[in-house]
Amino acid sequence: MQTLPKRIKGFSNRLKSFEVNHMKKPHSLSAKEIIEKVRGGELKAEDCVLSIFNRIEEVEGRIHAYVTLTKELALQKARKIDAKVKNGEVLGRLPGVCIALKDNLCTEGILTSCSSRILDGFIPPYNATVVNLLLKEDAIIIGKTNMDEFAMGSSTETSYFGATKNPWDSSRVPGGSSGGSAAAVSAEEAVLALGSDTGGSVRCPASFCSIVGLKPTYGLVSRYGLIAYANSLDQIGPLSRNVYDCALLLNVLASYDPKDNTSIRVPSQDYTQFLVDDISDLKIGIPKEFFGEGIDERVSKIIWESIYTLEKLGATYEELSLPTLRYTLATYYLIAMSEASSNLARYDGIRYGYSIDYDSKNWNEVYSKNRRIGFGSEVKRRIILGTYALSTGYYEEYYLKALKVRTLIRDDFNKAFKKFDVLVGPTMPIPPFKIGEKITDPLSLYLTDLLTVPVNLIGSPAISVPCGFVDDMPIGMQIISPALREDLLLKVAHIHEQNNKFKDYAPKL
Amino acid sequence: MEKVSKKITKKEVEHIAWLAKIELTEDEKNLFTEQFNSILEYFQVIDEVATDKVLPSFHAVDLTGVLREDIVEPSLSREKALANASKKDKGFFKSPKIF
Repeated sequence: MQTLPKRIKGFSNRLKSFEVNHMKKPHSLSAKEIIEKVRGGELKAEDCVLSIFNRIEEVEGRIHAYVTLTKELALQKARKIDAKVKNGEVLGRLPGVCIALKDNLCTEGILTSCSSRILDGFIPPYNATVVNLLLKEDAIIIGKTNMDEFAMGSSTETSYFGATKNPWDSSRVPGGSSGGSAAAVSAEEAVLALGSDTGGSVRCPASFCSIVGLKPTYGLVSRYGLIAYANSLDQIGPLSRNVYDCALLLNVLASYDPKDNTSIRVPSQDYTQFLVDDISDLKIGIPKEFFGEGIDERVSKIIWESIYTLEKLGATYEELSLPTLRYTLATYYLIAMSEASSNLARYDGIRYGYSIDYDSKNWNEVYSKNRRIGFGSEVKRRIILGTYALSTGYYEEYYLKALKVRTLIRDDFNKAFKKFDVLVGPTMPIPPFKIGEKITDPLSLYLTDLLTVPVNLIGSPAISVPCGFVDDMPIGMQIISPALREDLLLKVAHIHEQNNKFKDYAPKL
Repeated sequence: MEKVSKKITKKEVEHIAWLAKIELTEDEKNLFTEQFNSILEYFQVIDEVATDKVLPSFHAVDLTGVLREDIVEPSLSREKALANASKKDKGFFKSPKIF
């Protein structure tokens, strides 16, 4: 273990006190520790749930991570697990682990709102595939987390239910759109959480809240039951306080699903086996553009320090250029908005969701009014701009053009992956910003997605890991690999984590 | 390539919003027109890229159609499918008048 880097001195007040493990309250334990203790009969699943809900009661008023809490269901599930332990029955792979779900994942019988008024009151009649996978493995669902409305945003400020606050500084955003999930994990209001990542929505809040967030390869995790924003980009991903827990959760999530026709058939594997301390053959590519225009120099400096550490541990690095990075943000937004305009056409308020009373009114009027009242500004902007990009006369110069540029972006990355195992850079170009700072200028908010959107366009996985602090605010490092090389991402993330102390810092709440 | 100015007018915003079936207030129309112009101006950066011989990528990964045997499997009951409906009648969704 290295000595504490200078830059985080002064953070000692946030270093978790050195409690021996058995003294830690269950909500502070890692998933790995909980699984071991529950299996060994040392810890009851019910006590895990009670501890989590005590913690929620203590801090949730200052964070607002959740839209819905399901304490009774969680306790019922916990008691079933405890009975299994008592009777010596076979346990799932995540026994007693309390998990929060982003509110765009369908949960049977539990409100699933996408933090939108148009789905306020929507009770899905079925579970998303990932929800069934978690329940089968004896994980405990504790609630649904706040998000940017329909996952459109990078700050969790566009939620119909109000903004979530960053646990490190309540005047700042937690990132988005999975801001509730990241804040809940960071504030120990959940042990693990699921988010979704269309253009960075898992990695951005992971970075801003100083936790681990993974966007898996497109198709590795089933999207069945994930409420669509942009289908060709959306992917569900895990959020956790350490890399090992991330791997544990991915073990359960990565599974072929015939209900999602983009699901990939890959043999299931134990991702924790890749968390080894050897990166001697690793070739890291550093895209110059990830440290160029628009990137805060203080952020760049911190990321470079971690790259030097990886070098000391045996990896080699070299800078490269990804010239198409200049076009990725525009390409991403054109494609995402176009897909969104088509996806969100389904919200008519007739089969489900918010509706005005329509007895004597005509269809056009009801449809347009429901959507005026039901959708917030950002969702309206994206639907309308997407409709524009797909409309006659503009389709070729906007949507089709973006799809062609997407091909070139993919070629650019594929070329880089011929030479390098992974690419490394910042996750976010700037530290967490103030609530209200960017929300009135949509373009300025879009620009914060600069470094996270490329992998969604090319289908590759990427992970964000805690990497230090600027002005007491968390910074995340992003590691990108070719498709289906989550093993590499987790290995590099693990070594980075083992040689730094960032995971031992917690927000003071 | 010379940049052609692609300004969107308030009238176009009204028309597109109508196509997208979203009623807008006067204030929203004005604000969106302004915001859309700055966003679209930013998007014009992709005009620099030569794409004449490039094929579009609709997906990040190459997908092939996935088919299964045509066997009837359990699906949602009518009751469950209708559970969230605003209005229903005789086991159907009841929609507003189309004409």
